[in-house]
Amino acid sequence: MHWSRYRLRLCVCICLVISAPISGSSGPKQLTIFSDAASFSLPVREQGGREYVDLMEILRRFGRTDTRSDHDRWRVTLNNLTVEFKNGKTRFKVGKSDADLSAPFYLENGMGYVTVDSLTTLLPLFLQTQVTLHQNSRRLFVGNPAVHFTAQTSGTALVLNFSSAVNPSISTEPGKLRMSFSREPLVAPGTERLSFDSKVIPSAVYSEENGTAAITVNGSAPLFARFSNDGRTINISPAPQGAAQAASTPTINQGNAPAAPPQAPAPASSPIPFVPVFAVIDPAHGGDDQGEQLSPQLAEKDVTLAIATRIRQELQARGMTAVLLRSSDITLAADQRASAANRSQATVYIAVHAVSLGSGVRVYTSLLPASGDSRGPFLDWQTAQSGYRTFSQAAAESVAAEVSRRQMKSRTLVAPLQPLNNLEMASVAVELAPRSTIADLNSPNYQQTLAESVAAGLAAAHDRLRKP
Amino acid sequence: MIPRHLIFGTAAMLVIALAAGMYAWHLRRQIAHQQIQTDVSHPASPAPQGPMEQVTLWVAEDDPGTLRARAATIPMPSGRQERAEELMRALLNVYTQESSPHPIVPTAEVRTVFLVDPGLAVIDLNRAFAEGHRSGILVEELTIASMVQTITANIPGTTRVKFLIDGKSQPTLAGHADLSITYDVSAIQQLASVLQNTP
Repeated sequence: MHWSRYRLRLCVCICLVISAPISGSSGPKQLTIFSDAASFSLPVREQGGREYVDLMEILRRFGRTDTRSDHDRWRVTLNNLTVEFKNGKTRFKVGKSDADLSAPFYLENGMGYVTVDSLTTLLPLFLQTQVTLHQNSRRLFVGNPAVHFTAQTSGTALVLNFSSAVNPSISTEPGKLRMSFSREPLVAPGTERLSFDSKVIPSAVYSEENGTAAITVNGSAPLFARFSNDGRTINISPAPQGAAQAASTPTINQGNAPAAPPQAPAPASSPIPFVPVFAVIDPAHGGDDQGEQLSPQLAEKDVTLAIATRIRQELQARGMTAVLLRSSDITLAADQRASAANRSQATVYIAVHAVSLGSGVRVYTSLLPASGDSRGPFLDWQTAQSGYRTFSQAAAESVAAEVSRRQMKSRTLVAPLQPLNNLEMASVAVELAPRSTIADLNSPNYQQTLAESVAAGLAAAHDRLRKP
Repeated sequence: MIPRHLIFGTAAMLVIALAAGMYAWHLRRQIAHQQIQTDVSHPASPAPQGPMEQVTLWVAEDDPGTLRARAATIPMPSGRQERAEELMRALLNVYTQESSPHPIVPTAEVRTVFLVDPGLAVIDLNRAFAEGHRSGILVEELTIASMVQTITANIPGTTRVKFLIDGKSQPTLAGHADLSITYDVSAIQQLASVLQNTP
């Protein structure tokens, strides 16, 4: 009897241990800051039971910042305002007057940390604008960049209209479709739970957690999301058979471990057949890897993510399934990108880069190295691309032709660029250079033109990208 | 009552002690500063020796993103390895000039070039070369292609080229061009033929 109880307790413990990382895996704590200029996330660290962030990491996004550290004093200047902090103290100096933080400032390795809630005191001083903090979800709004939305049913579909373009990560599970908005300053509608007079889609719930907002749509059938109106409208409707799985976009997101895109056929008993992914889009750089610092406020990693999300949208609009390798600001090694792309068994891989040098668009395929020793079914990692170069060149030429058709300069080249050599599919990298000034790289119109060119080019070459 | 001369004497000794302390602190800072300067100074490369020879340098031009062969006359030693090093120094010298068509930081240096039979050239560059290099696919590949082409054009028998930074392999040059691989000279030659065409 005692043994049975013991075994029961042991089983419960094992179940708890196994389920813990699944149920609670929202990734490391982060703060997301939204402003008219940029949206970005940064890690949150705990100190003395409070949540702290690197102040310099935030301020540098808003202009030229200067810091000076002298023993336990730390001074930071932005927009001609100098604020002086003292390690372990709540009191700080702004010009000649004093003010207090809600918790002590602390200094570590020359970097100054303040609590998340202190930002509502500090940022208005530096930026001369209002700051609103959603404390529980760690979402901070500088100025008034909010994106609002309305939801209403139309027939069997749910139509979500947003005040500006959005590009959420979408995932599905039985009876639910979840849209995660990590970069958009989405705010709650009047009520967090929305009810609809529909048997197929009876409700939707707005939630916020760890820097991200989400809309979860509950349905009685598998649901499918479609973008329109330049990303301002999302139509959610019952999925046509087979499309439900395609709607799931398995991105490598908040967590650091790569989430494998769908790789195996669904079990025979599943009513939803496996739909292969057509394109894997890789926004280059991310997290600690900024890529090129295009301007003081603009990093390559942010431009690549913006372009990649537009390419995904354009491909989806053409009826092709596409996934992003990252949908947030996370660090991914080249090998992680290659592994995740290869697991997806996609038809084509597109890496997106941006650069300040030159003008127009350059489209690259791989430049294979000297080594290479594939044995039987095992391909040499450094030359895995060798069997796919014809397909890659077809993709590159088609994309370059579409770029030229849109009155942009284009050039096709080979390049020793990771991870092109490690991919078992048609693989290209596009590098966007300015039309005339660096600001072009952040222009929605310019990014959209490239996205349309890439999607149109891949669609045109669709039948030439893999063996029949 | 403390005698006046004792007060003056003590005060004078305190002032002297303070001044001596400040002077010692000043000397210590000066020594530390000199030490830092010594640490960061670069060893001067030995002056190249050998008869003047005409060589071909493959020079990258950022605008319009091309590679061009240029004749140059430089002193060339007799040993193959030393010749390879001089070629790389001559090329970096073009890039570190003020009017460079493909600017590279002035502190960039070639540490050494090893020629390993059969046909492998290993180019070891200093850390400043990589850290100061501009980031971008084309700008990085122009550097790689120009160095490989310059070596192969002047050192016959080179079939593969590997790059090291401070004696170690590293993933990329400045975030894009792959430095973990060994470059196949024939692949770079094909790239160079494309890069000679103005887009």
